[in-house]
This record gives sequence, C-alpha cells and structure tokens, in this order.
Amino acid sequence: MSQSTTTETRKPDADDPVVELRNASVTYDDGDSYVLDHVSVDVERHEVIGIIGESGSGKSMLAESMLDSIPDPGILRGQVTYNPSNGDSIDVLDLSKEELRQLRWEEISMVFQGAMSSFNPTMRVGGHFKETLSAHDADIEEGMAFARELLEDLYLEPDRVLGSYPHELSGGMQQRALIALSLVLEPEVLVMDEPTAALDLLMQRSILRLLRDLKEKYDLTMVFITHDLPLIAALADRLAIMYAFHPIEIGETEEIVERAAHPYTRALLNSTPNLDAPISEMVPIPGSQPAPINVPDGCAYHPRCPLADEQCRSVEPDGYSVGERHDSACHHWEEAREEISLNYAENLGDAARSGGEE
Amino acid sequence: MPGDEVVLSLEDVEVHFENKPSLLDFGGDTEVVRAVDGVSLDIHERDVIALVGESGCGKTTLGKTSIGLQRPTGGSVKYRGHDIWDIRDGKADADLSWEEIRTSLQIIHQDPGASLNPNRRLISILSEPLRQVSPDLAKQEKRERIYALLERVGMTPAADFAERYPHQLSGGEQQRVALCRALLMNPDVILADEAISALDVSLRVEMMDLMLELQEEFDTSYVFISHDLSNARYFTAHSGGRIGVMYLGQLAEIGYADAIVQDPHHPYTNVLRWATPDLSMQDAGDLPMRKIDIPDPVDPPAGCNFHTRCPEAREACRTADPQTYDAGDQRVKCFREEDGHDYWDSPELTD
Repeated sequence: MSQSTTTETRKPDADDPVVELRNASVTYDDGDSYVLDHVSVDVERHEVIGIIGESGSGKSMLAESMLDSIPDPGILRGQVTYNPSNGDSIDVLDLSKEELRQLRWEEISMVFQGAMSSFNPTMRVGGHFKETLSAHDADIEEGMAFARELLEDLYLEPDRVLGSYPHELSGGMQQRALIALSLVLEPEVLVMDEPTAALDLLMQRSILRLLRDLKEKYDLTMVFITHDLPLIAALADRLAIMYAFHPIEIGETEEIVERAAHPYTRALLNSTPNLDAPISEMVPIPGSQPAPINVPDGCAYHPRCPLADEQCRSVEPDGYSVGERHDSACHHWEEAREEISLNYAENLGDAARSGGEE
Repeated sequence: MPGDEVVLSLEDVEVHFENKPSLLDFGGDTEVVRAVDGVSLDIHERDVIALVGESGCGKTTLGKTSIGLQRPTGGSVKYRGHDIWDIRDGKADADLSWEEIRTSLQIIHQDPGASLNPNRRLISILSEPLRQVSPDLAKQEKRERIYALLERVGMTPAADFAERYPHQLSGGEQQRVALCRALLMNPDVILADEAISALDVSLRVEMMDLMLELQEEFDTSYVFISHDLSNARYFTAHSGGRIGVMYLGQLAEIGYADAIVQDPHHPYTNVLRWATPDLSMQDAGDLPMRKIDIPDPVDPPAGCNFHTRCPEAREACRTADPQTYDAGDQRVKCFREEDGHDYWDSPELTD
C-alpha cells in the first residue's frame, strides 16, 4: 500500500472553505485496504462541486464522510472541519451523538438516490416535513410555510404533494419533494448522492435546472455525487474525478472538460455517449477499476493507462498543478493532453483545441 | 444493415389497462390507462429500433407487446405475416407454432442481477436455452458452445466463469450473460429493455458495441428501449436503425438516427434533445416545455396529447388529434408539418 501524501502538501484549494477534508480515510478491516484513501478536499462556500466516479471508486464514501455517516462497521479517520458562515469552526469527527444529529440536516443536509426508500411509505409527505421540523425543535408553522415555498420552487403543488402518500407521486415528484425536505431546515450545505440516477433523463435535467435556481435563491453550497460527468457539467463550478478511492483530478468544470490533464479523465470523457461526438470516436476504457484489497502500486491507473511507464508503476504521483486551480495526479499530464484527444473537441472553443489537440 | 424482409409488423396496436373499482369503492368508474394507443411499426431482419421517451410513455409496454409478452387490446402483431395471437389461440392456419414464435422473440431486462437465477452457475443458466432449441446436442457440445460464446463476449477464461454464480460477476458481466442467454435461443428479435441503463456510463459503449457485433453473427434484430437519446443514437447510428420517440402511448416521431438528432421535427423530440447532456459547455437554456410533469395517462389530454406541455401549442391542438405526416424519411405526428393547416391561424396557447 502506498502512502499517499499527495494532497497533504498541497496548498488549500479554496479561499473560504465551508467543509474541509484532511487525509480522510475509511477502512472496513482496520488494516490498510482503504475504501477512501487519504483524501484532502475543500468545498468552497456557495460553490457546486461535482464528485465524479464509477461504481466502486469511493465517491459515496467521500460524501458520507462529510457528515461522519459512514455505514457500520467502517472507520473514518483524518479530519473533517465544518466552517459555518457565522460562528466557530466545528471538528465534525469530535462531535457527540447529539451534536452530530443537530449538524446533520440543520447545517449539512443529504439527499440519497432513490426517493422511494427515503420516505416512510405509511406517512404522508406532509408528515415527513412536520416530523423533521419537530425533531429539530423548529417552529412548525413557519417551517411549513417555508416548505410550501420550497415545493413551489420545485414546480410542485404544495397542497397536493403534502397531502399525498409517497407512492401516489411519480418518481420525479418524489425526488423533488425529497430535495424540498432536505432544505426545510435551511442548511448551508446540501450533499446529494446520485440524486437523479433512478429517473429518466428529461427529469434529471429538469431537476438540475431547478437545483441551480435553488442554489441562487438560498445561497447554498452543493456537493453532487454522480457517475455521469456530462450531466453535472452543466451545473457544477468544479469537478473532482475519483479513481481507486481518491480524487485523481480536480479543477473548474470548464478546465476539466476542455483541458483535462489525467489519462483517466480523458478516457472517461471519450467513453461517454454524447450527441456531438462522431460515433466512431466513442471508445470504452479497457479493464476495470481495482478493488480495495489490491490497489496497484504507484499510480493506481497504470495497468489501464496507455502512457504508463516505470515511474508510474513505482511512484504514486503527487498532485501536479496543471493550470489555475487545476490539479492532476499524473506524472505525464502534458503527454495526456497531447496524445489522448477528446472526441468532442470540434464543438469546443479555440482555446481547447490549441491546448489539447495538436 | 436492415434487410428487406419484415420480421415483426405492428398494426395500430393498442394496449389499454383497466383498473376496475374495488368493491368498497362503490360507484367508482373503471379507469383505463392507455399505455399504447395506436402504434404501427415494421421491424425488418437485422433491424434496430430504439424507443425513447420519459418514464410512463409506454415504451416498455410497446416493446413487450411487440415480442408477444403482452397481449394487445386492439390492433395486431404479426410475425413473418402471421398474427401471433391468432396462433396462440389456435385460430390461425399456419405452419408455425406459438413455441417457435416465443423462441424467436427474446428479452434482456434492465436489472441483470434480478434476471439471472442466483442459485445456479452460469453453465447451468446457459444450458437451459440450448436444451430448449437443440435438445439433441451432446453435453460436451453444449459445453463447447457455451464456452465459445462466453469467450466471444470477453469473459475469459470461460471454463472459470462458467462455474461461477451470478453474484460473483460485475453488473457488466451479468448483463453479458443475459445477452448470451438470449442469443443461444437463436432469436430473430431481442428486446433490450433499458439493458444498459444500470451500467456505469463508461461501460455503456462497450456493451452496445458487443450487442451490435453479435447482431452480425447471430443475424438478429433489436428493439432497444432507452430514456437516453445519446445511447439510442449510438446504438441505431451504428446499424442503420431508426429511433422512435414515444409520448403517452403514441409515436410522436420516428426516423433514422441522425435525422432525429440533427433535425428533430416534433417539439417533443426537441425536448429530449435538450435533456441530453453534452460537453460543449454552452448553456442549453430553460426547459423547452411548459410543464415538467407528464400528464396522468388515465386521463390523457384531448386533441394532441402533448398540447398541455408543448411550447408551440396553439388553440387547434386542443381539439383535433394530428395525423402522422411524412417529412422526408421521418414520420411526425404534429400539425406543424402541414403548411395550410388551421393550426397556423389559431392563437397560441398560454397557461
């Protein structure tokens, strides 16, 4: 197991971070196989950060560590700091059970995939709002008025939705009601784990559009976990790409899409079906992600990487600064840009073409 | 590329589900859900038809009806010229049995984990179709054919994979086994119902490529159901197939992949295009539709069923249901295809 000091030495990537992760690691066997491997990431206040990864890349672990809600018997180590907009910084891993209960939902709220299993099927949607408000000692009347406003923001009819049982609503309506529920205590940060994955594409895009409006209206910070890079690219300010349990590239969305500097990111971008790319140039990534028990030495991506050499097999790459606020954990990030062309490059601006394709 | 001979022919197919009122609900009305409402479609040999649309548009019901898993309440489904439900009912005078039809029309489900028996090894799962179609095959021959196919879909060493249980496979491998199982029946048509939707984005292209390669070898057609226009485009453009856009049980537009994507005629096709993310980093603008939620299929809008959400809707759309117009190779169910139609003189709808 390689000791990752990658991000520790790096300067913080945010000026006003609302959540700071430092060397956050999760293990399930108390040994040295990590499902989250020494991750240091800052979430800037009022940004939307997209965490991208395939199944089993550790992206959900990253989200859950922000609320210290790793499923048992996982063990979270490292440091998680929450900086409220007014008040002192909070060490999340140091909180008592009761303090943690208050932090969740009131300060940092989470939306999971599959609204159906988040709602109690025997309780009306309105009951969930009331229960949440009373569990956090909030004013019910005021809270319900706010709930109605949120539901209207999400293009739902408050009376109909609050009076319905979850199964009486369509999947898209349930998921939107769940987003309203997650915001009813006016949290600063909304963490969403694949919030739209079970829905059809039209509803996914509609919800993303609404999230953008919500973010503006309520000054939210959003962490959006997904495997679907093109989907989140329209909403996110920054993207972090996960591979083998830690981020391998992080940067502003436009930078990543136009000037991705890691072979995995570029391969991921090229493997995604999209309407603009020539059909013949969409190519799958050969091989598969490593399991936690046998992460390769050196760069974890080297067995699948066309650029891999001796250095990649033995030395785990540090985060290289490859642009403004853009880091890539690849020894050969310059070659990656030159040699792996992006199949949708013709639809991008000139900067991207000259930057990556010649 | 699709051949000339029509394998499956759907004529004015209707599937209406009745929801009868319960005994306690005294005096309640029978609710009718019009899942499929008057769809006609021909599927040729080595053809690919992708059905796209949002949840609840009837694409799965239409798919299942076309391969004989759902009996239509109106219209007909013909396999090589014979009405399959007449054959099922013993009313047809054809030298074709229901079993032969069932064998020829196969399905791959969305969730591969749930469609494979968890208690059986792959060798046993894949022996089943061979037992049905070639009962005379010796055990050793069966094994060889299964190994060859597993190797063909990239599951090597085949002898090792054949002894595994479904839970020991990744989602992508499970879906490949489901594909193998369908192919071993030597079918004419495979219905792939959201068969790649559960896979990681990066694995979808690989799975679609595999399906298309095997199409050549096994001489089969696909009905490919997806809510993602870019997947439908990839799958059909590679094979000269068509994309059918469904809305509330009807085909709003059908045509070749590139025409549908580059030159959508129906306003709803344009909505689906908007919903398909791209990487051009240009702002796609607001939803080109007046309402987010699809209307209740129990009580679909009168006139053109899209008029309640359509950004182009006018007064004329509320009363009359548009016929299907030819627009080049495309077929479009919208008044805007007819130059002199009353539509152009009627006032725009505003909510």
